[in-house]
Amino acid sequence: MTLSTFYFLVQQTMFYSIPLLIVALGGMYSERSGVVNIALEGIMIMGAFISLFFMNRMQSSMSGQWLLVLSMLIAAGSGMILSFFHAFASINMKANQVISGTALNLFAPAFAIFTARMLIGVQQVTFMNTYRIPLVPYLSSIPILGDLLFKNTYITTFVGFAILAVATIVLYKTRFGLRLRACGEHPQAADAAGVNVKKMRYIGVLISGALAGLGGLVLMVPVTTAFDGQVGGYGFLALAVLIFGQWRPRRILFAAFFFGLMKTISAAYTGIPILLALGIPSYMFKMMPYLATIIVLTFTSKKSAAPKAAGEPYDAGKR
Amino acid sequence: MEYVIEMLNITKEFPGIIANDDITLQVRKGEIHALLGENGAGKSTLMSVLFGLYISEKGKIKVRGNEVKIHNPNDANDLGIGMVHQHFKLVHNFTVLENIVLGVETVRGGFLIMDDARAKIVNLSKQYNLRIEPDAIIEDISVGMQQRVEILKMLYRENDILIFDEPTAVLTPQEIDELMKIMKRLVEEGKSIIFITHKLNEIKAVADRVSVLRKGKYIGTVDVANTSKEEMSEMMVGRKVIFEIAKGEANIGDNVLTVRNLSINSKVHGKSAVHNVSFDLRKGEILCVAGIEGNGQSELIYALTGLLPVDGGEIYYKGEDITHKPIRYRNSHGISHIPEDRHKHGLVLDYTLSENLVLQTYFLNEFQNKGFINFKSRLTNAKKMIEQYDIRSGEGPITLVRSMSGGNQQKAIVAREVEKDPDVIIAVQPTRGLDVGAIEYIHNQLIKQRDMGRAVLLISLELSEVLGVSDRILVMYEGEIVGEVDPKEVTQQELGLYMSGSKRGAGYERKETSE
Repeated sequence: MTLSTFYFLVQQTMFYSIPLLIVALGGMYSERSGVVNIALEGIMIMGAFISLFFMNRMQSSMSGQWLLVLSMLIAAGSGMILSFFHAFASINMKANQVISGTALNLFAPAFAIFTARMLIGVQQVTFMNTYRIPLVPYLSSIPILGDLLFKNTYITTFVGFAILAVATIVLYKTRFGLRLRACGEHPQAADAAGVNVKKMRYIGVLISGALAGLGGLVLMVPVTTAFDGQVGGYGFLALAVLIFGQWRPRRILFAAFFFGLMKTISAAYTGIPILLALGIPSYMFKMMPYLATIIVLTFTSKKSAAPKAAGEPYDAGKR
Repeated sequence: MEYVIEMLNITKEFPGIIANDDITLQVRKGEIHALLGENGAGKSTLMSVLFGLYISEKGKIKVRGNEVKIHNPNDANDLGIGMVHQHFKLVHNFTVLENIVLGVETVRGGFLIMDDARAKIVNLSKQYNLRIEPDAIIEDISVGMQQRVEILKMLYRENDILIFDEPTAVLTPQEIDELMKIMKRLVEEGKSIIFITHKLNEIKAVADRVSVLRKGKYIGTVDVANTSKEEMSEMMVGRKVIFEIAKGEANIGDNVLTVRNLSINSKVHGKSAVHNVSFDLRKGEILCVAGIEGNGQSELIYALTGLLPVDGGEIYYKGEDITHKPIRYRNSHGISHIPEDRHKHGLVLDYTLSENLVLQTYFLNEFQNKGFINFKSRLTNAKKMIEQYDIRSGEGPITLVRSMSGGNQQKAIVAREVEKDPDVIIAVQPTRGLDVGAIEYIHNQLIKQRDMGRAVLLISLELSEVLGVSDRILVMYEGEIVGEVDPKEVTQQELGLYMSGSKRGAGYERKETSE
């Protein structure tokens, strides 16, 4: 494999891995607080739709990185709003969290398509990609690393790594992290120790909403210029990343890159001479990310380190 | 006399039940005040009201003379009230240190600062002689140490009114002695303790005064020094109780169940749950397997009853190898099982009583005809058993089992298992969670079965039961049998040493593994 193919592979992998990383870290906040968030898919759709719609309206008057940053904030905000419904249903109403999440997953794409047709007449929301950074000044001249990380990139990549760094510190080094984890493992213990379980769970779910909404946008920007009311199962893939990553930030990073690589191979194998030369039918490559999900989860879910109380509504009377 | 806690005329209702009915509890400063009552008497509810987990409908609470409202555990904590719950409130994958500081962390800019907390905790643990390892993970430490962590949690919060909810239920006799010393030490340092229990020996050993509850009502408060155990138990139960279990000499017959080198791998960790266990069970005896919970007793029973496959060794029943026989083969050939978890393995809670009584026999010709249920014979069967075993329920045979009391659910299981005319009865913690009356009934049934020449294998965690009912005791520790003792000769203390793995009997020495 030539060096340029390798750089190409890494750059492409980033486009798939970073959104997976962001969304899976979102799921981590929610599940660590004790609420299973299967609605990641729907929230991604909502975040992508609202922010790309905003981009679509604004791009005649704005462009470049500031528009992207503004869109990212809008994506995170709209994801947070949608996740609020999941939080309310599962924390206040003590609803079944899988059903509540499924409801959002069904609602979001329908809402996106319906709204797009009402407002712009077609279902596809198109946008211009003016955000690619061909060369990051100075940093791109670092040997190897410059080629890997600082060429043909987006600010979203660095946002993704920043979110990872913050998540690692927050979860293990802060009071908030300690309390959040306690709520996901043993909410009765947290409550008895004076932690407000409901509040912690709300915060956990809302952060997951913000990150999933952001992840929706981050996924769309580098790979397409038309949003069609769907994110191709990436929310569910992020759940798989979360499980494979054993609910821990650094392992989630590894898992996200593993799945991102699989996805890159399936999407871009034609650009990698060795793989093309193998002569394997294209279907095999297309199947890879999904096949890998099944295989990896079959083997890793057995020794799952899931937060003990995830999925259980908190009941103060339970012992 | 100064009261540190006064709970006056407390009433707490749950749907369909009054858990606390006009209860008054007054605790003096610097005393150990026992709260005595049977299961369901309302002790835990009353303490949950004091700790802010429940809000009472009526009544008022005074702390150090001032009337207060306690809405949540934080309020209780601010008033200096701390509680060691019966089921520890510890996060299993946190360290000891993290569990102690949770909720009252020291932070700088949101970041945890653990050094001060560590120093304070180490000091407290020295001052009160509470041995802990600050950096150990909760799930790796013993139950006794977990309890000390709970106590340190209260001390770290500078609580001076300490509630202990049935603290001895999970401890070995040695650990109980240590706890009693710790409690006395705490009182010497000026703390006040409320000690919830139903064990009279422990009250006699440490408590100054005792308040008794029965069926949600307040019976009275007495000085422990001037009250005998018999008087206290009469207050608790409402009638005279016979402590001694009356039983004659065992009339021992042939071997019926022979277990050889039985091993089962653990699902949880790499070691084996049951390791090389061998014993014989003979007709006409009650053989008890004693041990602290989680030392392989459950797995052993699952293997004998067929609920879990065996990884090594053999089980012979009346000379026949049944190691790999299915569950139905075993329970239809004379092995009865009174399971540990009656809701999981004993009953279908949403079936009626009559249905539950034929769970293992519905397919016999007596109860079906060409695949159709014979409702008439099922009903007759249920009526007969209800009569004979005194099973009380709201609507007789058509009562949903879920609505019955624990004692009567257990009676139904005993009736079903005994009625099969078994040769072996395996009873696992048959009196767990039952009140004194039901416990007496179950014990008498087991002894009656023994006297009829049946073999009884009893698994129990309750030492008084182990010593009172059985004819022979095997002690299990970490999946192995570490000794066989005679209940007439062994003391509770000695049994405790076996149970905690500090002693092994002759013939049960640890085998050196050659590696």
